[in-house]
Amino acid sequence: MKNLIDSLRDRLNAVTLTCYIALGLILAFSLYVDTSHAHTWVEKNIPFFWSFFAYGAAATIIGFARWFGHSGIMARPDYYDASPRCRCQSTGDQKPDGQA
Amino acid sequence: MTTSFTHPALIMIVGALILPFVRGPLRKPYLFLVPLLAMGAVISNSALSGEFGLYRFMDWQLIFGRVDRLSTVFALIMGLMAIIGTLYGLHVDNAKEHMAAWFYVAGSLGTIYCGDYLSLFFFWEMMAFASTFLIWFRRGERSLAAGYRYLIIHTIGGIILLAGIMLRYQAVGDIAFNLLDVAHPELYTWLIMIGFGLNAAIVPLHSWLPDAYSEGSFNGSVFMCAFTTKTAVYTLARGFAGFDILVLLGVVMALYGVIYAVMENDIRKLLAWSIVSQVGYMVAGVGIGTELAINGTAAHAVAHILYKGLLFMGTGSVLYMTGKTKFTELGGLYRKMPATMVLTIVGCLSISAAPFFAAYVSKPMIISAAFETHLNWAAWILMFAATGTFMYNGLKLPYFLFFGPNNCSDETWNKAADPTWNMQMAMTAGAALCILVGSAPTLLYSLLPYPVPYHPYGGYHLAETLQILGFGALAFFMLKRYLEPEDVICLDMDWLYRKAGRAFVWIARNPIQWFDTAWGEAYRVVGMGPLMVISRFWSWFDWHGIDGVVDGIARCVRAMGGRVRTLQSDQIQYTIYFSATFAAILLIAYALFQLS
Repeated sequence: MKNLIDSLRDRLNAVTLTCYIALGLILAFSLYVDTSHAHTWVEKNIPFFWSFFAYGAAATIIGFARWFGHSGIMARPDYYDASPRCRCQSTGDQKPDGQA
Repeated sequence: MTTSFTHPALIMIVGALILPFVRGPLRKPYLFLVPLLAMGAVISNSALSGEFGLYRFMDWQLIFGRVDRLSTVFALIMGLMAIIGTLYGLHVDNAKEHMAAWFYVAGSLGTIYCGDYLSLFFFWEMMAFASTFLIWFRRGERSLAAGYRYLIIHTIGGIILLAGIMLRYQAVGDIAFNLLDVAHPELYTWLIMIGFGLNAAIVPLHSWLPDAYSEGSFNGSVFMCAFTTKTAVYTLARGFAGFDILVLLGVVMALYGVIYAVMENDIRKLLAWSIVSQVGYMVAGVGIGTELAINGTAAHAVAHILYKGLLFMGTGSVLYMTGKTKFTELGGLYRKMPATMVLTIVGCLSISAAPFFAAYVSKPMIISAAFETHLNWAAWILMFAATGTFMYNGLKLPYFLFFGPNNCSDETWNKAADPTWNMQMAMTAGAALCILVGSAPTLLYSLLPYPVPYHPYGGYHLAETLQILGFGALAFFMLKRYLEPEDVICLDMDWLYRKAGRAFVWIARNPIQWFDTAWGEAYRVVGMGPLMVISRFWSWFDWHGIDGVVDGIARCVRAMGGRVRTLQSDQIQYTIYFSATFAAILLIAYALFQLS
């Protein structure tokens, strides 16, 4: 398994190209399938609808999460341990349980 | 109890009580045997239908064994997870950890099988208290604090649930646990829903979940990820099917969990956020309330327990072997933990609803149910959240944990390796079940509460899923620099009560302590002087007044006694003489008094 992954990493361009080909095949497949089972108008009438949807949703979630996190939601790891009594917690991790 | 029904919770409880006395080489077979027996009881019960284990307690009818298709499917997956979870922690020597886990399982099975609110409450609280120990057994200061927070929140939830149960009993006059009149909700309906909803981690009552599950012991969290929220989903499906508000709450959960999971740096906290999101689908399914939606909820609960258990086992293995849980302290582990990587990726594909993996056959049922009931807004948002699920759980987790930049210290890297045989075996069982459920869905569908006219392997659904996975992945790899984990924590609703708690401590330590000190000083200066003067006066009065009178009487009595003693000469003639004289004096005095 390690060797397989290492060899794929060594051939990153080939892997990337394969992925793009796979995406193309998926798009072709989406044109081929019967859309009569689709629930809404947009699914039936916009080609590659779910491709646009997925890319847009992923980009939106990444963008929103980044903005939201950096607008004050993200805090330093010892944020809750900052009181003098609990300062001991702010350094280092807990012991991994069950381990010798 | 009716002979044909065997309560699996009883097996788990008795097994847990005997466990400390089973030592040495018998311990491991015993650990495996008890959950296996409980599972056997669940399978045996699944052939039944109706109410069993009926007890009359005071004026109430307690039902310990309500067996129908809904309770059976949930009991089966809980029983299965008890076996897998125990196998995963088989090497843990501490009997108390297994006992806590088994009591926890017993609480869940008891809740699932019960048919009245009183026994439900009993088993509900058993779950809450037993699971707290699964957090504390990690034995760190953070875990201790998280365990207390977990216990406090669940105690509050329990009180709200109990208040709802009591109000309902007052209004209705019975304690049967059935579908509530959700079309005309009363105050007790809301209170019971909040009680159940807190355990289901409904936003904004969810913060205990990522807080506690990320701090649980490596195997404790495997149990916790399966039982509390899914038992709550069962109770919601049983009591609140078709309650509209749950659709909104479920959709909010699905989105909220995604956003926080995308930001998260801790691998187990990411999975905990993922539970919030995935349980959101189930809650929305309960809210939709149609047969397809309830089927979808039950199916997704089964699939979710399998893949989430697998993912918590995978990340628990990383914690167990390296002691680390942050992306910023891990990475590149495929070289050191290849088996863990493969099995965890099966979990990632399962949660992402990839074809032939578990959620592919369950999640779309809920989304289809939303479309079919014309709740298109809910269906679209759930699809949106599903894309996010694939991104953080199908891509971010495996990429930054196993393939991405190696952030391991030398110590972490040296410690990293695939875990013990039993942990790998449990993960393999979880992965095999994820693939089995995804590849042969009729197996799962045959267990669902209603007939299933749903076919997940249609061409359209396959094309839709492949597009979402393919182009979601494209977006991830194009934008992954914005997803680089940062060594931060993300503030959530728990900020309110953690800060409120801290504010309370500050108020107690500062203004209240200052007032107490000032009051004490003022009392000492102003109150103590006069008090001492008054005390001294009363001391003097006591000594000279009270004691003087008492002592004076005593002295008088003693003096009279002395005089009387001189009259006793031990000679009878003198005694008779004095007595006769005294009697004569008294007689004469009486006679004179009468004559006058």
